[in-house]
Amino acid sequence: MGKAILYDATLCIGCKACEQACSEQNHLPYNETIAAEEATSEHKFTSVLTRGENYLRRMCMHCEDPTCASVCPVGALRKTELGPVTYEESRCIGCRYCMVACPFSAPKYEWGKVLPGVRKCTMCAQRVAAGQATACAEACPTGATKFGDRDELIAEARQRLAQNPTQYVNHIFGLSEVGGTSVLMISGVPFERFGMRSNYVQEPLPLLTYRVLSRIPDLVTLGSVLLGGVWWITHRRAEVAAAEGNATKPGEKEPETEKNP
Amino acid sequence: MTVKLPRFTFWRGVFVFVVLAGIYASYVRFTQGLGAATNLSDQFPWGIWVGFDVLCGVMLAAGGFTLMAAVHIFNVERFKPIGRATLLTAFLGYVLVVVALMFDLGRPYRIWHPLVMWNPRSVMFEVAWCVMLYTTVLSLEFAPVVFERLRLERPMRILRAISIPLVIAGVILSTLHQSSLGSLYLIVPQKLHPFWYSPLLPVFFFISAIAVGLAMTIFESSLSAKHFRRQLELPLLQELGRILMVVLGVYLVLRVQDLYHRGALRMVLEPGYETYLFMLEMALGLVLPLGLLLNRRMRESQGGLYLAAVLVVLGFITNRLNVSITGMEAAAGVHYIPKWTEIAITASIIAIGFFIFALAARYLAIFPEERPQAELRMPAELSHVAAD
Ligand code: SF4
Ligand code: SF4
Ligand code: SF4
Repeated sequence: MGKAILYDATLCIGCKACEQACSEQNHLPYNETIAAEEATSEHKFTSVLTRGENYLRRMCMHCEDPTCASVCPVGALRKTELGPVTYEESRCIGCRYCMVACPFSAPKYEWGKVLPGVRKCTMCAQRVAAGQATACAEACPTGATKFGDRDELIAEARQRLAQNPTQYVNHIFGLSEVGGTSVLMISGVPFERFGMRSNYVQEPLPLLTYRVLSRIPDLVTLGSVLLGGVWWITHRRAEVAAAEGNATKPGEKEPETEKNP
Repeated sequence: MTVKLPRFTFWRGVFVFVVLAGIYASYVRFTQGLGAATNLSDQFPWGIWVGFDVLCGVMLAAGGFTLMAAVHIFNVERFKPIGRATLLTAFLGYVLVVVALMFDLGRPYRIWHPLVMWNPRSVMFEVAWCVMLYTTVLSLEFAPVVFERLRLERPMRILRAISIPLVIAGVILSTLHQSSLGSLYLIVPQKLHPFWYSPLLPVFFFISAIAVGLAMTIFESSLSAKHFRRQLELPLLQELGRILMVVLGVYLVLRVQDLYHRGALRMVLEPGYETYLFMLEMALGLVLPLGLLLNRRMRESQGGLYLAAVLVVLGFITNRLNVSITGMEAAAGVHYIPKWTEIAITASIIAIGFFIFALAARYLAIFPEERPQAELRMPAELSHVAAD
């Protein structure tokens, strides 16, 4: 059973307790300057955006079929059974394809380090594995960030939308975006107001490359036979011609033509 | 034996300057990290080391497999005389791409990880394997030239025996990774500008690799004419020009059809940064060279062919930079301009490539029907070649 986080922006009061709890959990520095930073980065895995009276939390979405995990050439990023998408630093070669490919640009890089790694929210994988809620969910004073089973949280989100249709935008972000994510968000104002794209692809992005990659075995076998065949035909012709004595045999040098240096 | 000091010429001065700048930039890169040495950021994680060094580098080295296929599989013996020069360029090209990767990867010493840590769903994984295998194939294909020089008979015989499977493997590996460099961008349908994002990206990358492979062959022949006074005969160049024209025609039709069907053709009328660079790419890579090649007098003259080839190379370099940089900027919300250190490293990799090519051309039998003319002498002699 997959776990998930439900973030209800209408309950969020912008206190940033989640940010602080996350920093403590991940042994990151946290102070007022960092609290004021909007962008997530190698030292800030989650960020509460403010637009007037409204808030929206940003973090890694923990996609059901994560693009980052599909593109990583060494399998450093992985979707775990329980839901979190985790990162294994010791495998990473630092190609940064995950950063380019992630539809939410969640993975961040340690640009200042000589031996850098990728950093992002891990959905507190260790806590979750131990049966605990994520640090941010635990710290949230209003219940805006809630941790639980994905199915149950979806049902709950549906219920909230149905009970208060005027208070919410009728959309559960993460239900089907890029094939679904383990972070679900509902909000009273359109997500686009926070700079989010309005038209996320609804199918998992890894399908786009998989369609091409899955043809490779066929291409290799077909290609080898085809090229081998062409070679046989073109050289057979030359052999026949040679046997009839009016051409040079394949493999033999062409008549020497001396060229001026 | 006397050690002569190399004469000072303009190009040698440039070479030394570029390499020194490159050495300093490398020092910055490896002691202070990517942040200090590049203008890359979380918003823009791939710059010219990927866009130019890798994407364009692999494309520029495509002459190797195109020509090997023509000569050994389709048995077009006429092209044999340029086989070795093209092979050498390809081999050098791939080695330099790997060198460039060592700068770009955050953890270059883990470059071998894809060998043991597999993720077959990743395009990058596939590219890594193909490039590695193909570089091996290229070195085996080129090895006879070295063995011949060292008079090693037995390895020569072995290589000759497996030469056809080797060529076939090379062609297939090239097809795979040349197109896969395009597939890398299939995963960013919402980040890459509609001028460049297309489900046909792998096809476009493959065809453009062939076009540039042919153009580079024409271009190299003229370069070596200038520096080594050796070149292809005109009829051969003309034939390459004709093939190039057909390949460009196919690419143009496919590209315009694709833009039209995706509804992106209309956007050409919207003025903007992307539109201008798109136009530049189309003009340099397709419209101007096709115009030249369609003109019979131009197509049959050395100068016309040379010019067309240079345009094609520049045009498709623009194309790949557009895919990797221009087309990604709007979604990233930042403008990326490479830092001088990025440029210095790229430039010195190119300079060193030219230098090694010149050395090899002097000491190995690269060009048709000739003995290597110079005996191996003092290394100081070598520096002669670079700017002769
Ligand atoms: S949001 Fe990005 S980094 Fe997070 S799981 Fe999805 S693809 Fe991976
Ligand atoms: S940067 Fe690391 S984690 Fe990201 S795709 Fe490359 S190897 Fe994988
Ligand atoms: S799930 Fe854990 S790592 Fe992710 S934002 Fe919450 S506290 Fe931070």
